[in-house]
Amino acid sequence: MAERRETLSGLEVKPVYRPQDAQVDYERSLGDPGTYPYTRGIHPGMYRDRLWTMRQFAGFGTARETNERFHYLLRQGQTGLSTAFDMPTLMGYDSDDAHALGEVGREGVAIDSLRDMERLFDGIPLGDVSTSMTINGPAIILFAMYLAVAERQGVPWSKVRGTLQADILKEYIAQKEWIFPPEPSMRLIVDMMEFATRDVPQWNTISISGYHIREAGSTAVQELAFTLADGFAYVEAGIARGLDVDAFAPRLSFFFNAHINFFEEIAKYRAARRIWARRMRGKYGAKSPRSWMLRFHTQTAGCSLTAQQPEVNIIRTAYEAMAGVLGGTQSLHTNSMDEVLSLPTEKAVTIALRTQQVLAHETGVADTVDPLAGSYFIEELTDRMEASAEEYFRRVDEMGGVLAGIDNGFFQREIADAAYRYQIEVDRKERLIVGVNSFVEQDEEPIPTLRIDPELERAQVRAVQAVRADRDQAAVDRALESVRQAAASGQNMMPSILDAVRVYATEGEIVRTMRTVFGSYREAAVF
Amino acid sequence: MTETKDRSSTRPIRVLIGKPGLDGHDRGAKVVARALRDAGMEVIYTGLHQTPEEIVEAALQEDVDVVGLSILSGAHNTLVPRVIELLRQQGMEDVQVMVGGIVPEEDAEQLRALGVVAVFGPGTETEEIVRFTRSCARGA
Repeated sequence: MAERRETLSGLEVKPVYRPQDAQVDYERSLGDPGTYPYTRGIHPGMYRDRLWTMRQFAGFGTARETNERFHYLLRQGQTGLSTAFDMPTLMGYDSDDAHALGEVGREGVAIDSLRDMERLFDGIPLGDVSTSMTINGPAIILFAMYLAVAERQGVPWSKVRGTLQADILKEYIAQKEWIFPPEPSMRLIVDMMEFATRDVPQWNTISISGYHIREAGSTAVQELAFTLADGFAYVEAGIARGLDVDAFAPRLSFFFNAHINFFEEIAKYRAARRIWARRMRGKYGAKSPRSWMLRFHTQTAGCSLTAQQPEVNIIRTAYEAMAGVLGGTQSLHTNSMDEVLSLPTEKAVTIALRTQQVLAHETGVADTVDPLAGSYFIEELTDRMEASAEEYFRRVDEMGGVLAGIDNGFFQREIADAAYRYQIEVDRKERLIVGVNSFVEQDEEPIPTLRIDPELERAQVRAVQAVRADRDQAAVDRALESVRQAAASGQNMMPSILDAVRVYATEGEIVRTMRTVFGSYREAAVF
Repeated sequence: MTETKDRSSTRPIRVLIGKPGLDGHDRGAKVVARALRDAGMEVIYTGLHQTPEEIVEAALQEDVDVVGLSILSGAHNTLVPRVIELLRQQGMEDVQVMVGGIVPEEDAEQLRALGVVAVFGPGTETEEIVRFTRSCARGA
């Protein structure tokens, strides 16, 4: 009992919490669900009124394979789509680029031109589903393609719903899938924000993501602090463009990790809502309650899963998902047991979806809003998470803001240090991981995994070359020249990129054109 | 071969940790790089998004004993053979190549058949990688 216990962030946990540990001023710190500062949730009735959206991230091979998986997931009762793109698409390369060799369709779906996007959403009416797209560096191009598909389906943009990740700051900080340097990248995001605020009003323009920060090895406190700091940076960029904060802030959403340390995760979500509400109202002068509400998607922690005894990952994922629900998430992705080995098989992804359905319909956890409120431990931990995040905000402000912190490697170093510390603790068995450093089984039976047929890459290469051969090249050249001019002149880039994708300019061609103006980013790697 | 032995007995083991391909998952590469450095080796980390050509050029310039390739994008069957081929072209057959990341077992077997000395998957202790690196660099 004397031994010190800690959360994954290294916050000390006591054996017993008492009333004096949690100084809760109900109105000031909590408030009822649906009221400021939204610590208890953004809606009065939460899941009683509407369950969270079950949204499994999917994408592999070509648009055809992923379209089939989308239809499968919708038939299984999934309520929203979430698109995973392959590495070349994320990095702005066409499938026949030398950089794409061996990578096409492996970690997600390959999208080169509007032709692929049409195929990806074939038979899926874009007015009826909401689609999340995990894309950052070239987000503006994929967003344009999505809107062009809606046009072709005859769906007005005012009815189009979905989310673009478009969180470039966390790319420099953690996920490392960037194309352009930070300044032009921030401008592209504000361009999208400005455009969507006017023309695609139901679109969530940025999904400010802690998920990848956490996966890169940060602690829960760092995830909370760095993600919200990024959020504030986007708010400041929007305000600097001259946008009314209440016009764009309601369309900002968040994306958090659900890691295995159960109570710390729940406290993290509660603290996040309170911090956001207070800053949006107090510091940025937002007047609309919708600007104060932090809405978020949750994904269970891929980095908590093990290659050893992979079936046990089902259990880890279930606990993590429960933390997300008790923390009041708006949507949820549960990882499949095999995701540490490969993209998920249909069987594995079905179990992952069923995990959410059991949580929603059998366990009763959705029946009461924020049921852990008032727990001495949870309230004390929520306060401590908030205070620890505020300390990071102070440090980031002192160094000149998020971009300065990226530039001097602050975030990258903090995360690398935390990741190393964690690994050493696991190696020393100070943290036990079932199947890895304890309860190890010899001669495990491997589970079936999804294999991506290498022929799909060759087919996709042929497909993009056929698109180039087929289209009106003069129109493409004109459109790309307009893209270049827009990039150079500083005007909003959405219209010119929309025109380019409509005539089947490829993603790689548009990115290359933009690179001639913006240049490329290179990281000074620290370890 | 004897030349490698003489060299390695008089200087610290030099390791290049490379991230070929497009994936940005550098957590493992950095943890391994730091563990090897803490164990007294000289470690060069290439940074992200390197082509096989860039990695082999760095290995040549830095005169390393071991190249560790970290890949989590599924492109290992394309990228690893290319690195090995380029090392051979440069006459660097004595450089040991190890791989870390998400590599299915049947692919790992193929990579070992090509000359990769070890494939480390998720959950590997850093101490095991340190031990292995030391033995393969000294034994080369």
